[in-house]
Amino acid sequence: QEPQASGLPEYIKIVEVGPRDGLQNEKVIVPTDTKIELINQLSKTGLPAIEVTSFVSSKWVPQMADHEEVMRGIERHPGVQYPVLTPNLQGFHSAIAAGATEVSVFGAASESFSKMNINCSIEESIERFEEVIKSARNMNIPVRGYVSCALGCPYEGNIVPDKVAEVSKRLYSMGCYEISLGDTIGVGTPGSMRKMLEAVMKEIPLTALAVHCHDTYGQALANILTAIQMGVAVVDSSVAGLGGCPYAKGATGNVATEDVIYMLNGLGINTGVNLRAVMEAGNFICTALNKKTNSKVAQASFSTGTIN
Amino acid sequence: NVVPTPVKISLINMLSETGLQVIEATSFVSPKWVPQMADHTEVMQGINKLPGISYPVLTPNLKGFQAAVAAGAKEVSIFGAASERFTQKNINCSIEESLERFEEVMKAAREANIPVRGYVSCVLGCPYEGKISAAKVAEVSKKMYSMGCYEISLGDTIGVGTPGSMKEMLAVVMKEVPVGALAVHCHDTYGQALANILVALQMGVSVVDASVAGLGGCPYAQGASGNVATEDLVYMLNGLGIHTGVDLQKLMDTGTFICNALNRKTNSKVSQASCRL
Repeated sequence: QEPQASGLPEYIKIVEVGPRDGLQNEKVIVPTDTKIELINQLSKTGLPAIEVTSFVSSKWVPQMADHEEVMRGIERHPGVQYPVLTPNLQGFHSAIAAGATEVSVFGAASESFSKMNINCSIEESIERFEEVIKSARNMNIPVRGYVSCALGCPYEGNIVPDKVAEVSKRLYSMGCYEISLGDTIGVGTPGSMRKMLEAVMKEIPLTALAVHCHDTYGQALANILTAIQMGVAVVDSSVAGLGGCPYAKGATGNVATEDVIYMLNGLGINTGVNLRAVMEAGNFICTALNKKTNSKVAQASFSTGTIN
Repeated sequence: NVVPTPVKISLINMLSETGLQVIEATSFVSPKWVPQMADHTEVMQGINKLPGISYPVLTPNLKGFQAAVAAGAKEVSIFGAASERFTQKNINCSIEESLERFEEVMKAAREANIPVRGYVSCVLGCPYEGKISAAKVAEVSKKMYSMGCYEISLGDTIGVGTPGSMKEMLAVVMKEVPVGALAVHCHDTYGQALANILVALQMGVSVVDASVAGLGGCPYAQGASGNVATEDLVYMLNGLGIHTGVDLQKLMDTGTFICNALNRKTNSKVSQASCRL
C-alpha cells in the first residue's frame, strides 16, 4: 500500500471481531441462529475479515460452545476471510474439521496476565502455540497472532514496549502472517501507542501489523489514528462495540466498527465497507441482545434519521 | 431539568480546585430563551473566584454584557456561526447582522478592558446546511479576530467532523488567524472528538474546550452525546506527556458530584472505567 500525500495508508483492512471477541464478552448467551445471522449480515457489508468463533473448551468459554455449528452454519462469501481462535492443537484440529481456513493464536506481553488467563507462562504458551502453527503451516493454513496487554496489564500495570516487541517477534518468526497488538484494557493513549509501535516496528514489518484497541478509557480512535499515521493498515473492531471489559465492571471494551469506519471515511481512506450495512447489522445484534449500541455513530444516526 | 443555583455554585467551586485555569461560569442571556441560565447573576456573585482562574461568561448582547460586568464578570464570550441557516434558526438574523450586534459588545468591552473570546459554531458541519466550507469558517473567524476577540474557539457543533475535515479546516483558518489565538471545541456525538483534538494539537492548537463528565447532550440528535468529557481529554493529554495542570482524580470527583446531583450517568469513559478497577 502506497501512502497518500497525507502520509496515511490508502486502504485499511478492517478485521471484524464482534462475533467472537465481542460476543465472548457479552453476558447474555446468544443463540446459535442469531450468531449465524449476524455473521451472514456482516458478510454482506464489504468487511474483508470476520472472526467467527473460538474452538475453545465450552468449560472455559460457554458463549463459544457452539463453535462447530456456527462454523458449519455460516455462508462463506468469496473474498471474505473467516478466521477462528484455536487455543491448542485439539481446537485446531476441530476447527479444520469444521471447515476453518484461517486460525488465530494469542500470546500476552505480561507474565501475570498469561498466568491468570491461561495458567502458564508466556514461554509455555508460545510453546503450546508452536504445535498449532506447525500443523497450520503444514496444511497451508494462515495463522494470525494476537498479543494482549500491549499497552498495559490489569495486574502488572505498565508494560515495557520491548517486551511487546519480543513476544510479537516470537510469534512472527514462528510463522504468524500478521500480529494484532491488543490494548486489552484500553488504558493506552496516543503517547504509549507511539512508543510501543516504534519498538515493535524495529522487529516486524509494518505490513504485518494490526492494532486491536479497546475503548474502555475513550482513547481507541485517537490510538488508532496514531497507529495509522505511523503506517499501520489493519485495524480490529467490533460491530456496535460489542464486548465489555472483564476487568472494569460496566465499562466498555472493543471499539465500535461503525465509529472506526466513520473516521476512516472522513480521512478519505478506503475500507471497502458499507457503513450503513454495518449499522444495520449492529442494530440487529443489539435488538437480539436487548441492549443499546456502544457505537456513537449508530446512536447519532438513528436519532437524527440521517447517515452523515 | 433546571439545576438548582447552589449545585451550580458547588460545581464551579469544585472545578476551581482541580487546576483548571478557565471555567465558563454562565450565560447572561434572557431566561425566556435559556431557562437553565436564569440565575446567572446569583451564580456569578456566588462562586469563589480563585486568583489565576478566569471565569468567562457568555454575553449575547450589550444588555447581557452590562449585566455581566455589574455582576463582577472579568471576561466575556460572543458567538458567530459559519452557517447562515444555523444563524437564522438559532438567533433569527444573518451572520453579518449577528456580528454587527456584537460590535457593540466589543466596543464596550474594549472600553472596560474586558477580554472577549469568540466562538464560531458549525465549523465542521451544520445540522441544516450539511457541509460547511473551510473558507467560510476562516472568513467568520478572521472577522471576529479583527473585531478584537483574543481567542477564537472553533466549534464542531454537531460532532460530525473527523480528523480529515478538522485538518482541512484548520489549515485554511490558520492562514487568517494565528494558531496561538485558536481553540477547538469538539463534540463527541459521533465519537470523533479525541481523534479530532489530537489532529488539532498536531497542527499546533494548544487550547481545548471540554465539559466535565461530558455534560450536555446534542439538541440536534435526541439521546446522542454532545461535549467531549474533560476527564477523557486530560487522560489523553497526560498519556502524551502534555502538561495541563489539571488533577485528574479531583476532576473525576467533581464529575461524580454533578452526575449524582443530576441523577445521571457520566459520559466520561475514564470515569466509568476507573471507579470499578
